[in-house]
Amino acid sequence: MTTQVRNVDRLDILAAGVNEGSQELKPREEVNAEELGREVGAVLRLQGLKLDPNSIDIENPDDERMIINMGPSHPSTHGVLRLMLELDGEFVMRTKAVIGYLHTGMEKTAENLSFMQGGTNVTRMDYLSPVGNETAYCLAVESLLDIDIPARATWIRMMMNELNRISSHLVWLATSGMDLGSTSMMIYGLRERELILAFFEKIAGLRLNLNYVRPGGVAADLPDGWEDDIEVICDTINDRTYEYDTLLTGQPIFRQRMIGVAPITAEEALSLGLTGPLLRSTGVAWDLRRAMPYLAYDQVEFDVIVGTYGDNFDRYAIRLNEIRESVRIIRQCLERMPSGDYRSQDPKVTPPPRARIGESMEALIHHFKLFTEGFHVPEGETYVGIESPRGELGCYLVSSGGAKPYRMHTRAPSFTNLQAVPLLMRGGSMSDTVTVISTVDPVMGEVDR
Amino acid sequence: MITVPADAPAQAIWSEGRAADAVCFVRPDDYLATVRALRDDGFELCLDVCGVDYLEHPGRPLPEGVTGTRFEVVANFLSMSKRQRVRVRVMAGDDAPRVTSLFSLYAGTEAPEREVYDMFGILFDGHPDLSRILMPEDWEGHPLRKDYSVGSVPVQFKDGPGPR
Repeated sequence: MTTQVRNVDRLDILAAGVNEGSQELKPREEVNAEELGREVGAVLRLQGLKLDPNSIDIENPDDERMIINMGPSHPSTHGVLRLMLELDGEFVMRTKAVIGYLHTGMEKTAENLSFMQGGTNVTRMDYLSPVGNETAYCLAVESLLDIDIPARATWIRMMMNELNRISSHLVWLATSGMDLGSTSMMIYGLRERELILAFFEKIAGLRLNLNYVRPGGVAADLPDGWEDDIEVICDTINDRTYEYDTLLTGQPIFRQRMIGVAPITAEEALSLGLTGPLLRSTGVAWDLRRAMPYLAYDQVEFDVIVGTYGDNFDRYAIRLNEIRESVRIIRQCLERMPSGDYRSQDPKVTPPPRARIGESMEALIHHFKLFTEGFHVPEGETYVGIESPRGELGCYLVSSGGAKPYRMHTRAPSFTNLQAVPLLMRGGSMSDTVTVISTVDPVMGEVDR
Repeated sequence: MITVPADAPAQAIWSEGRAADAVCFVRPDDYLATVRALRDDGFELCLDVCGVDYLEHPGRPLPEGVTGTRFEVVANFLSMSKRQRVRVRVMAGDDAPRVTSLFSLYAGTEAPEREVYDMFGILFDGHPDLSRILMPEDWEGHPLRKDYSVGSVPVQFKDGPGPR
C-alpha cells in the first residue's frame, strides 16, 4: 500500500476513498513525515517551533510498536470518543482521535427550524451546559434583530449560566475523580449537581436541555422563593468544595497522577486555538466574561483563575476554583437581581399575554403566527462568542430575512480543544491517557453536533 | 473600527460587522496573505473556520467591489491584546470551491477545515490530511450544501404494506 495522505494534490485518492481507513491512524510505514509530524503532535509551525522532518523517526518500524483502538464506547472516553493509539510498550507515541459517532446534523436541522424553535436544537449540543448554548444562540439572534433585552432577563441569564457552569464542572470533577479510582468523588459530585438540576426543574420544568433562554428574554420568570433555594445552593456548594479539597487536592495518589502530567505551553495552546480552562492553565488570563464582557458580567466581581504549568493539576485546580467564583457571581445576582420584565415587550418576538388571547382576535392571530411561522429576522450575519465551561462557545448566524436561519454554525470549544489530545498524550504512559481525556473535558455532543 | 494591518493585500475589502466586529472580504488568492498580515498584527487565535453555501440566497448584502460566489469560507480571528474580533469571508468559488489552508499559520485549523471539507466539499490547498471528519468515509455528498436534501424516513400508515 502506498502513501495514503489525502490532500488536494491527489484528487484521485480523495475521491476514491471508500472505507473508514483514512480517518484512522495508519502504520508508520504508510505515512510521510508531514502527516507523522501532525500526528505526533509536532503541529507547531510558528516561529521558533518549526517541525524538523529529520527529527522524526519514520523509517524505523519496530516490533514493539502496536496500534490499538480505544473507544468509541470506552468508559473513560466520556461518550463516544474513539482514540487510536500507537504504543511503544507502555508509552503512547501517536494518538489520533476519530470522531463523528454522535454526529446528528444539528447545523442542518437548525436551518429547518424557526428562530424560536432553534433553542431546542442548540441546547442539545453541549448537553452538560445547555444554558450556555442557548445563550450564545439567543445573543446571536438578538444581535441580528437589534432588540433590547430587559435587565432582569439579562441577570437571570447570567445566574443560570453560572449555575450551569457549576453543574458542568461538578460532573467533570465527578467523572474525572472516577477515572482515577475515586468513586466517592463520583457520588459527591453528582449529589451536589442534583441540587442545581432540581432548581432548574423548578424554574424551567426540565432538568437538562432546558430551552429556558429564548430570543427576547427567558421562558418564564423566577418562581416565588427562588432566593431561598439559591442561598442553600450557594452555601452548600461552597462548603462542599472544601471537602473536595480534603478528598482530592491533598491526596497523594491523585497528586501523583495529576502534577506534571501532560503539560502544554501557552504558545502551543494558542496555536491550536485552545480556549477555556485549557488555555488559562498555561497562564494566559483570557476569560471572555472579563475580557469582552457580555450579559452583565462587567457589573459583577469575580476573579479569573489562571494556572502556571499547564498540567493536569492546573486544569483541575482551575475548574475547582471556578466553582467558587461562580458561587460568588450567583450571590451577587441574588443581591442585585433587578425587578421588571423577564422578556422583551417587543411584540415582534414576544407573544401577547394569555389573558389577551381570550378577548382579542388580533392577539390570537399574533400568537398563532408567532408559533407557526415564527418571526422574521433581518438579513445579515453575526458572530457571538461566550465563555462556556469548556471555552469560547461561538454562534455564527446568517439570516436571509426569513423566519429560519439561513446558516447556523456553532464554534464548539470541545471540538477545537480535542486537537490538543495528541500533543498532551505524546510520550506519556498509557494510564495517563485517561487523565488527559478527562482534563481536556470534551463533550461529544458538542464535538460532533 | 479596526486599523487595517499595514501589510494586508490591497485587494482585501474591510467593513464593519455587527457587535463591533470587523469583517474582511477577500478572494482566495489574497486569503493567506491577509491572514498572515492579521497574525503578524497580533491576532493570536484563529477561533474557527466554517463554510456557508449561498445557493438559495444569491442577493446577500455585500460591500461595493465584492462579487459574491456560491461558497464562502468564514474564518474568525481574535486578538487578545486588542480585544478585537475579525471575520474573514473568502469568496471560495461556485463550482469547484478551493481555498488555501491556514494550517501553516494556525495549526488549530486542522479539524475545522476538515469539517468544512466534509460538510461543503470545499478543498483546502496545503492541508496535511484532508479526510472526512464527522461523516463516514464512504458517505456520498456534502450534507450542509443547500442542494443536499434533508431526507425523510417513510412513515408507516395503517393501510400501507407492513414491514414484513
